[in-house]
Amino acid sequence: MADEPFIQLKQVTKRFAGVVANDHIDLAFHRGEIHSILGENGAGKSTLMNLLSGLFRPDEGEILVNGRSIMFKSSREAIKQGIGMVHQHFMLVNRFTVAENIILGQEPATFGLLHMKKAREKVRQISDAYDFNVHPDDRVENLSVGQQQQVEIMKALYRDISFLILDEPTAVLTPSESQALFEIMRTLSKQGVTIIFITHKLKEVMAIASRITVMRKGAVVTTCLPGETDEEELVSVMIGRKPEKREEKKENPSDRIIFEVSNLNVLNDVGISAIKNFSLSVREGEIVGIAGVQGNGQTELVEALTGNRPVQSGGMVLDGDKMPFSNPRRLIENGFGHVPEDRLKHGLVLSFSVADNQVLCSYYKRPYARSGIRNTKAILENSQKLIREYDIRGTTPHTPSGHLSGGNQQKVILSRELNRELKLLIASQPTRGLDVGAVQSVHERLSDLRETGAGVILVSSDLDEIFSLSDRIAVMYQGEVAGEFLKETVTRELVGNLMGGGKTNLTKDHVSSS
Amino acid sequence: MTRLASILQSLMIPVLAVLLSFIIGGGLIYLSGADPFLALNGLFMGAFGDLDAFSRTLEKATPLVFNGLALTLAFKAGLFNIGVQGQFLFGAIISAAVGCYVSGLPVPVHMAVAVFSGIVAGAVYGMIQGALKAYRGAHEVITGIMLNYVAINITDYWTKGPFMDTANSNSIPRTPLILESCQIPDIWGIPSGFLIAVLVSVVLWLFLKKTVTGFEIKTMGQGIHAARYAGIKINGMMIFIMGLSGGLAGIGGAVETMGVTHRFQPGFNLGLGFEGITIALLSRIHPVGVLPAALLLGGMKAGAGMMQFSSDIPTEIIDMMMAMILLFVAADKLMTRVLPVLKKKEKGLALSAGWGSK
Repeated sequence: MADEPFIQLKQVTKRFAGVVANDHIDLAFHRGEIHSILGENGAGKSTLMNLLSGLFRPDEGEILVNGRSIMFKSSREAIKQGIGMVHQHFMLVNRFTVAENIILGQEPATFGLLHMKKAREKVRQISDAYDFNVHPDDRVENLSVGQQQQVEIMKALYRDISFLILDEPTAVLTPSESQALFEIMRTLSKQGVTIIFITHKLKEVMAIASRITVMRKGAVVTTCLPGETDEEELVSVMIGRKPEKREEKKENPSDRIIFEVSNLNVLNDVGISAIKNFSLSVREGEIVGIAGVQGNGQTELVEALTGNRPVQSGGMVLDGDKMPFSNPRRLIENGFGHVPEDRLKHGLVLSFSVADNQVLCSYYKRPYARSGIRNTKAILENSQKLIREYDIRGTTPHTPSGHLSGGNQQKVILSRELNRELKLLIASQPTRGLDVGAVQSVHERLSDLRETGAGVILVSSDLDEIFSLSDRIAVMYQGEVAGEFLKETVTRELVGNLMGGGKTNLTKDHVSSS
Repeated sequence: MTRLASILQSLMIPVLAVLLSFIIGGGLIYLSGADPFLALNGLFMGAFGDLDAFSRTLEKATPLVFNGLALTLAFKAGLFNIGVQGQFLFGAIISAAVGCYVSGLPVPVHMAVAVFSGIVAGAVYGMIQGALKAYRGAHEVITGIMLNYVAINITDYWTKGPFMDTANSNSIPRTPLILESCQIPDIWGIPSGFLIAVLVSVVLWLFLKKTVTGFEIKTMGQGIHAARYAGIKINGMMIFIMGLSGGLAGIGGAVETMGVTHRFQPGFNLGLGFEGITIALLSRIHPVGVLPAALLLGGMKAGAGMMQFSSDIPTEIIDMMMAMILLFVAADKLMTRVLPVLKKKEKGLALSAGWGSK
C-alpha cells in the first residue's frame, strides 16, 4: 500500500522488571486492513496491544498516529485517537443493561441528566447496522459469552473508533458465531476501520487477515500477506521449530459401556430447565465429543455430572455401579476426573502452590496425609514428578499456580486429574485460550487416556477440537441431544446445522445401526 | 523472594499503621497542650515498666489473643466472624455460672469443666451463624451483628434474673463470685491465662499449617469454588469453622472470667470482641502474629491509666489510637496511597514475581 500508515510503531521497546516484553518493534498498520497478530502466549502480543491502547507507555521508541508521534497517557487518550480494544476478559458491569454498559464513561447527558432514550436508540442503530444479536435492554449477566463480546465491540463502535484491537475474540465463540464476527469485521474494514486480530487459530487467520504478523519472544519475526504463506509455515515461524507430527491413534473403543447417564433433568441458576431428559453413554476407550453453542446446557450438564449442581431427576451408572448426584467427593473417589470449564475459578486455588493444587482432590489420603496430618514431603515429591512428567514449564512445586501461564495451569489440572485411576474424565473446554503448543499437549493427554480404556466426555465449542479427538459426537441444543453420531458418519456442516437448531432425520438411529 | 524478605514485607503495613497512629496520637496530645513524649513514656511505663505493669498488660492481652484467634481462624476460611463479641459473652457467662454454682469438684477438674463449658457455649453460638449461612445463605456479618445484640440482652437478663448475685442484698446486676477452686491463679506474677493463650495460638498455627482440616479451611478461604469442586463439603465446613471460631472466643470469655473478673458483670468486657478484629488484621491473619498484636493493644490499655496520671491526658486518646490502628491496617490500600514508597515496592515485587515465574 502506498498510502501512509494509520499507526506506525518505531523501535518500540517495553520492559518489565528487566524482562523485555517487546523488543524494538517496527510495525505499520494501514487503514481498513485486518491485521492478524500471531504468537504463542508470552510472545509479547498483549504487551504490544496494551501499548497501543494506552494502558502502558513504551520505554523506548515511538508510536505515530497519522505520522505524528503520540505518547498516550491513558486509554482514554487512545480512544480519543480512535483506538479501541476488546479484551479477552470482558470489562462489563454485569448488573447493567447492554445500553448502560455501552454508554458507560461517555453518557449522553445535558446538565447531568441522562438521555437514556437517545442512548438506547444509538445502541439499537449500531446493533442493526452490524447485525448484532443483542437487545439494548438485556442485562449483561443474562447474556451468553458470545453476546457479551458483541457488547464489547458495540462499546468500541459507540465511541467511533477507527482502530479496533480484538484480543482472541474467537476463543469463546462457536463456529457460526465466529462467522458472524468475521462478517462484522469485514463490514468494518470496508468502512476504513483498521482491525487488529489476535488469535492462535491459523484457519481463521488464513480466512480473514489481509496482513499477518508473527511474534516470538517479544520480537516481530515476520510480516507477510496470507497469499504468500500457509498454515504449516506460520506454525513453524511461530514456535520457532517444525511442529511434531503425531501418529494418528486408531484403536477402536470397546463395546463395553463404562458410563451411562439417563433421563437427566437439571435446572439452571434461575430455576429454568436447562437439561431435559438427557441420556448419554460412553464406552471404554471412547471419547464422546459434546458439540454445541455455548449456553445450551453444557455448563449445567458438566456441573450435574461432576456433582456440583443438584439434579431434578435422572440416573448415573459408572462401571456397573450406580453413582450419587451432588457428591463430588464420592464421584472423585469412584474414578471421575474433571477438567473444569473455568480453570481459574473451579480448577485451581490460584494463591496455592502448584504442589498443593496437584493434590487438591487427594490431599486427605495416603501418602499425602497420615492420620489427619499432611505429609509435605510426599506432596512435594508428587509435584516434582508431575512437573517433570507433564513438562510444566517455568515453575517449581512452590510457585503459586496463579503465576503460571494458561497452558501451564491447564497442565497442572490435567496432571492432578490423570494422576488417579480414572474411569471417566469430563473435560470442559479444555483448550480454551491456550496456545498451539499447549493445545497439542492437552490433546495428546486426552488421547493417551483413551488408550488406557477410560471414557472421556469432551465438551467443547471448538468444532475442530471435537472432530479431531472424538470417536462419537453428540450435539446439544437447548438442553437436549439434537443428534448423536459416530464421527465417520457425520459432516461438519450437519453438526453445525444442528448446533444452530436445525433439524435432521439422521439422529440416533444412525448410531444404533452402526 | 526469600522467606525472611516475605515476612518483612508482610510486617510493613502493620508496623507502619502502628507508627502512624502513634505519630497522629502524639500530635493530638501536643495539640491538647501536653508533652507527647512524657505521655508516651507514661504509657510505656504503665504497660511494660515493671513486673506489675507487665502483668497487667498480659491480663489485658489475654482475651484479645483469643478473640483475635477466633477472627483469624474464620478469616482463613474466608468468613468474617463479627459475632465474636456474642460468643465471647456466652463463654464468659456460662463459665461464670459453672464457676459459682458447681461445687465440690477438685480444683483442676472444676477449672477444666468451666473452661470447657465456655468453649461449648461459644461454639454453639458460633455454629448458629455458620448454619444460617450454610443452609439459608444469610451473610455471617449480618447475622453476627444481630446475634451480638441477642447475646448482650440474654446475658443482661441472666445477670438480673437466674444468675444474679443476691449475697449481702446486692442490687447490681452481676453473677456471684466464682468459687476459688475455679479461679485461674497467676504463676510468678504472670497471669496463667496468657500462657494458655500462647499455647492455643501455637496449636492453632500448627493445626492450620500441618493438618488436613487446616488445608481444607485455607482452600475454602482462597478458592471456595475450587474447594467445592475438589469435594470439600462446604456447608458442613462452614458450621464447623464457625463453631471452632466461636469456641476460641468462648475460651477467651472463660479465661477472662476465671482469671480476671471472677464473675460476670454486664458491660465489663464489651468491645473485646470487636478489638479482636483489630488484632486479627494487625497480625496479618496469622495465629502467632496475634500474640504481638494483642500485647501491643493490651499494653496500650494497661498503660492508659499511668499515662493519664503522668501527663493528665484522658485515656480516650488511647481508644482513638487503637481505632486508627484498625483503620490503617484495614485500609491498607489507603496506606499505600498515603505512603507512595510502599506502593512502588509492592508493585515491583508483584511484577517481578509474575515475570520471574514464566
